[in-house]
Amino acid sequence: MHAGELWGGDAGGLFSGTSRAFSQDLGEFELARELDSAHVEKLDGVGSGEGTGAPSGGEATQTGSLGRLVLRVFLENKLALVGVVILVLMTAFCFLGPLFYHTNQQYTDLNAFTLPPNAQYPLGTDSNGFDVLGRLMKGGRSSLEVGLAAALVATMIGVVWGAAAGFFGGVVDALMMRFVDILLSIPTLLLLIVLSVLFTPSKYVLIFVIASVAWLYPARLVRGETLTLRTREYVQAVRVMGGNGRRIVYRHIIPNAIGTIIVNATFQVADAILFLAALGFLGLGVHFPDADWGSMLSDGATYLTAGYWWLIVPAGLCIVLVVVAINFIGDALRDALEVRLQRR
Amino acid sequence: MISYIIRRLFQAVVVIFGVILIVFLLFHLEPTVVIAKAIVGPRASPAQVEAVIQSLGLDKPLYYQVWRLVDNYVHLNFGTSYQFNTPVRVLIAQALPKTLLLVGTSTIFALLIAIPLGVFQTVRRNKPSDYALTSMAFIFYATPPFVLGPLLVLFLAVDNHIFSPYVPPGDTLGQVALDWRAMVLPVFTLAAVTIAAFSRYMRSSMMDAMTQDYVRTARAKGASQSRVLFRHAFRNALIPIVTLVGLSIPGIVSGAVITETVFNFPGMGFLTVRAAEVFDLGTVVGTTVVATVATVAGSLIADILYAVVDPRIRYARR
Repeated sequence: MHAGELWGGDAGGLFSGTSRAFSQDLGEFELARELDSAHVEKLDGVGSGEGTGAPSGGEATQTGSLGRLVLRVFLENKLALVGVVILVLMTAFCFLGPLFYHTNQQYTDLNAFTLPPNAQYPLGTDSNGFDVLGRLMKGGRSSLEVGLAAALVATMIGVVWGAAAGFFGGVVDALMMRFVDILLSIPTLLLLIVLSVLFTPSKYVLIFVIASVAWLYPARLVRGETLTLRTREYVQAVRVMGGNGRRIVYRHIIPNAIGTIIVNATFQVADAILFLAALGFLGLGVHFPDADWGSMLSDGATYLTAGYWWLIVPAGLCIVLVVVAINFIGDALRDALEVRLQRR
Repeated sequence: MISYIIRRLFQAVVVIFGVILIVFLLFHLEPTVVIAKAIVGPRASPAQVEAVIQSLGLDKPLYYQVWRLVDNYVHLNFGTSYQFNTPVRVLIAQALPKTLLLVGTSTIFALLIAIPLGVFQTVRRNKPSDYALTSMAFIFYATPPFVLGPLLVLFLAVDNHIFSPYVPPGDTLGQVALDWRAMVLPVFTLAAVTIAAFSRYMRSSMMDAMTQDYVRTARAKGASQSRVLFRHAFRNALIPIVTLVGLSIPGIVSGAVITETVFNFPGMGFLTVRAAEVFDLGTVVGTTVVATVATVAGSLIADILYAVVDPRIRYARR
């Protein structure tokens, strides 16, 4: 089951009719998968590549640039554009905002303790006297940075692990994938808690803590792709020509699975942001004076009964907006890359 | 079928053993001195630290320690929490029933809401009410419990005193279960994402069932719309939901950790987070292993039930 299922990172998957959760669980749940792709067929009037398997081959035969086709389908998707706009605005807000809107985020100011929004502090102040608007920018930077970096690291580990398992097959595959299964059966958040107790979290440690939980999903996905890809004629041709295993994996299998990997990596970013926020909320996120949206929420939850809404609503809204935006983009990317397959 | 169950049980045992092994190895990334000092305190003398290391057997070879840990866990001996000064088994025995209450109530609640919703949306597909419900599901699906929980408390418990913001700590299971003003918000917070997800799958599953041949046959022989819907399509549409519930258990457990923290609900998640804050590794490992066993058992039961409810499913040896 995908990490997004944690609390709903993968909204996109559900709402486009295909389900990441089911389609990723390769093997066991054929019925559910068939059900899903059948449903897509009905809605869109086209077959879904998702249910039936992998990208086929490296030879592109359609006219026009492949990249342009993918881009066009992506741009036709209005929700994806909304997602891109939200993400660009949020990134600008977090990274460029502090250049124009200077706030003190270093020294506690007990005279400005949990002030409601006013002229001087547009979104009020928190329990340390920090300006909430400025802190949102600072927290957003950690959230976006850690989210992106963790997704990249997780995808890289997962791709190499999954491709190796699928390529070697046999006992190696069985051992590698049982290891993944075992880790997957530990509820994700509990594993994250164990890891962040063991390693004192900083931004960089958190990237690896989150990645060390998140790589399991791309590993499963890529192994499935590899299993289907390695029986293709062009892979066998490479073998006949004397290409070694590493060449086959890096030059032929991974490039052909790249569409699936990109889509998954996009959703991984959303999941990583949610994981970070969850850890931050539990008090296991980045440490003071650093901030992230989750720990801001945690601060708000401490003063919940006092009714300080400005400590909860803005940070919560930021998390939900960014996660939804990324899911819109991931969903559109999947549609775009699937179209590439259909027009072949 | 019997051989399938035996095979799955064997797999489950292997997975649980693997989990204990991995968690144990993670635990041993810490130097033994650090582990001992977490128990006797940072200013303990070297002799005291040495005594703790010996009494816990931390100086023994790794394979011996693994064997002893597994032996202990099989006998439900999870060691002692030095931070709470209580055996971990006692802590878990207090917390587990409450978590089961929360998770169970919320999952049943989610199913009771989501299944009718899915059917309703199938009947009214592509009408305004379908779109409205889809949008609502989307909003709830995208809102994690650590955002939804505090928002609900803020508006329904603080601004308007409809529900209590927290579960009173230290209550017995019966008291917690009967305090409906305290239970409503945690149950709903945990159920919101599940309702959204389940209703989507139910709609999808129901739409699929409506296109099947047996539905066409039922219509052809003159069955009424409600009979087609409930006698033919509905019962078949429910089958994938069984698998879905099994697959959702790890997510619901993670959600429960957050929900319990938001509402001070004295369950396993709350216990784990409190233990994590004070570096009480023994307790964290104990609750993690117990939660994993519950997760594996839940998925196993769901898989077996799947075969029971659908006689077409045959688990063949692959």
